[in-house]
Amino acid sequence: MAAVIPERLQEHHHGAHTGLMRWITTTNHKDIGTMYLIFSFVMFLAGGVMALTLRAELFQPGLQVVQPELFNQLTTLHGLVMVFGAIMPAFVGFANWMIPLMIGASDMAFARMNNWSFWLLPPAAILLIGSFFVPGGATAAGWTLYPPLSVQMGMGMDLAIFAVHIMGVSSIMGAINIVVTILNMRAPGMTMMKMPLFCWTWLITAYLLIAVMPVLAGAVTMLLTDRHFGTSFFNAAGGGDPVLYQHIFWFFGHPEVYIMILPAFGIVSQIIPTFARKPLFGYASMVYATSSIAILSFIVWAHHMFTTGMPAAGQLFFMYATMLIAVPTGVKVFNWVATMWRGSMTFETPMLFAVGFIFVFTMGGFTGLICAIAPVDIQIHDTYYVVAHFHYVLVAGSLFALFAGAYYWLPKWTGHMPDERIGKLHFWCSIVFFNVTFFPMHFLGLAGMPRRVPDYALQFADFNALATIGAFGFGLSQLIFLWAVIKCVRGGEKAAARSWESAEGLEWTVPSPAPHHTFEEAPVVR
Amino acid sequence: MSLSGRLAVAVASSLASFSAAAQSRYNFQEPVTEIAGQIYDLHILMLIICLVIFIGVFGVMFWSVFHHRKSRGAVAANFHENTTVEIVWTVVPVLILVGMAWPATRTILEMKDTSGADITIKATGYQWKWGYDYLQGEGEGIRFVSNLATPRDQIEGRAEKGEHYLLEVDNPVVVPVGKRIRLLLTANDVIHAWWVPAFGVKQDAIPGFIRDTWFQADKEGVYRGVCAELCGRDHAYMPIEVHVVSADAYSAWVAQQGPRQPAVEAEAETEAETEAETEAEADAEVGTSDESKPAGV
Repeated sequence: MAAVIPERLQEHHHGAHTGLMRWITTTNHKDIGTMYLIFSFVMFLAGGVMALTLRAELFQPGLQVVQPELFNQLTTLHGLVMVFGAIMPAFVGFANWMIPLMIGASDMAFARMNNWSFWLLPPAAILLIGSFFVPGGATAAGWTLYPPLSVQMGMGMDLAIFAVHIMGVSSIMGAINIVVTILNMRAPGMTMMKMPLFCWTWLITAYLLIAVMPVLAGAVTMLLTDRHFGTSFFNAAGGGDPVLYQHIFWFFGHPEVYIMILPAFGIVSQIIPTFARKPLFGYASMVYATSSIAILSFIVWAHHMFTTGMPAAGQLFFMYATMLIAVPTGVKVFNWVATMWRGSMTFETPMLFAVGFIFVFTMGGFTGLICAIAPVDIQIHDTYYVVAHFHYVLVAGSLFALFAGAYYWLPKWTGHMPDERIGKLHFWCSIVFFNVTFFPMHFLGLAGMPRRVPDYALQFADFNALATIGAFGFGLSQLIFLWAVIKCVRGGEKAAARSWESAEGLEWTVPSPAPHHTFEEAPVVR
Repeated sequence: MSLSGRLAVAVASSLASFSAAAQSRYNFQEPVTEIAGQIYDLHILMLIICLVIFIGVFGVMFWSVFHHRKSRGAVAANFHENTTVEIVWTVVPVLILVGMAWPATRTILEMKDTSGADITIKATGYQWKWGYDYLQGEGEGIRFVSNLATPRDQIEGRAEKGEHYLLEVDNPVVVPVGKRIRLLLTANDVIHAWWVPAFGVKQDAIPGFIRDTWFQADKEGVYRGVCAELCGRDHAYMPIEVHVVSADAYSAWVAQQGPRQPAVEAEAETEAETEAETEAEADAEVGTSDESKPAGV
């Protein structure tokens, strides 16, 4: 497919639009990747401001900063914005930029659809953020949108439902594009088992997205008709069942958490070998482990629902299945450590974030295992322990991997090396403040503080104050990242084609910054 | 409540709150039921296993981070697979997991066995309070609504916060010590969850459905919990307070309750004990949700 693009067509393409129209009409995977990354960072800051408002309210017991109504709206939108607006689009941005470069393709398979899947996101974001300003405010039912509470909400809920629909369409189109690109557009000689691991993890993630986004769309559509068209899917009075929603939601929701972590595994698996100057240990087992995690993710959903009161057999099944996920996840961690073992390591910023990722993500893995034990989960479900757990895997996991990847590929994107001093400052501030924020939350949850509350009993005051201080430190640290990126875009040490000493892969064979069109003739992989 | 009963409760609760204060800062609250004790031990077991693995994995990783550095002249090896090692680190975790699953399975089966109750109480979640009906056993027929007792002034910072800020109610649940209490849960509007950490009980209360759980508190005292499922504006303000008292004190409490029938929520409660209860409450739920729609929350 289109490995060679006629020169005149390109000229025409460049000649047609400049300025804003270039970005609106672009079909270039690099432009679209950049837009995804900028969009996700803006959403990350928006979600971050919401989180800091929550933390400000929780600094002390009592109500000081926001009233409970607004607090619940902010909790809900923080979750939705971070999951659908920040983390997922950021990974799609990486996929757009890097997958064609990594497999030696000239662009994504469906270039126009690629443009559309990005441009669907800003309207969805406007619906979400705009819902704060409609009568009744944004939805306050939690990002999981459980009925009957979500049926009680005002029109902010409808806006959230439409936003989720639109973002779901965008994700599905992005996923189809990635699957087709990877399966059909690899350079000659690039067999599946020679593909960089980032492409593998994204391929599996894309299948997960295609499988579960329609399920979410179905669930929220049923909410919509329950709200407005007299159906009773989730209303017991009409023969429905509120818990049915939870089953459908988590059938989407559990694969969703792997959608947010598998590409992170991929990024880290690219970075560790580069800075250990040693090939990735157990490439094949990494592929198998990723596939196993993806398959298992479909049969563990009800571990989010142990307290709904399912039969003992159900609890046992979902507990055993969930515990099994620890095995392939463990294999991955062992492989990374084995890759580092007897390497010749240096610790530039990408490597720091990658090692930080392994360390902190694994702690989230341990608490995940503890949450998997159903009787223990009965105690910690819906407490701050769970909040700590999923922030360890989503912030220290997904987000740190995104930072690692950003520092790693910035030279390829901008042509300049990122400033190591700023990058290292960003890393150390992030990892310290992250732990100051979220580690005490384990204690809060164990001691009995429920999540999603604007106010709490006095014995939780100290750790909450500490968490709030950490959160503000963590939030402000992210401005260092912005500084590092802007500085790198504007100038700095010129980056070589192979920007890092022993980086492997086709993306390092093209100049830095990568020209607008690459691999117009497919490279041959030996 | 007799004077001795009152004294016993006071002593037990002050002891409980003292040890809870010492202990529950970093760990689960002190368990007072068999199940909560098992959960406590399971968690400690898990913590120890995770700690050992943590030390093992990160011992190796940080050894490598400090010794296999380029700046220390480390030269990279070139190995990238080892089937034996890979099989070992797949099989060993499976065995560890089996070791964890075994005791957990036992606890699940015990938690789920709600048979043989001495007293059955139905708890109904409302936005934002709990209603209790004693359905069977000593105290049958007692019903009341339990509201947050913390004054608004304390919440809004116009008054000093009391010791049990947000964990105190006007009408606590009273149960006898050492008796098996079966708890039926439902809700009137949205999903709530009845959670008392010291009992190891957390069960969602789902409108239109009845779920059950049980506990048998082995120590007299006052135990406090909260609603654990986001249920709207005042989710943080619908606590649970359970007084576990001696058999005598319980009988005295039951006798004292006799004539009192709180009128609050009468309309939603009238059919509570009939077969039609599920439907009736679900109907009530439709009413509430319709009413509150324009308000937005």
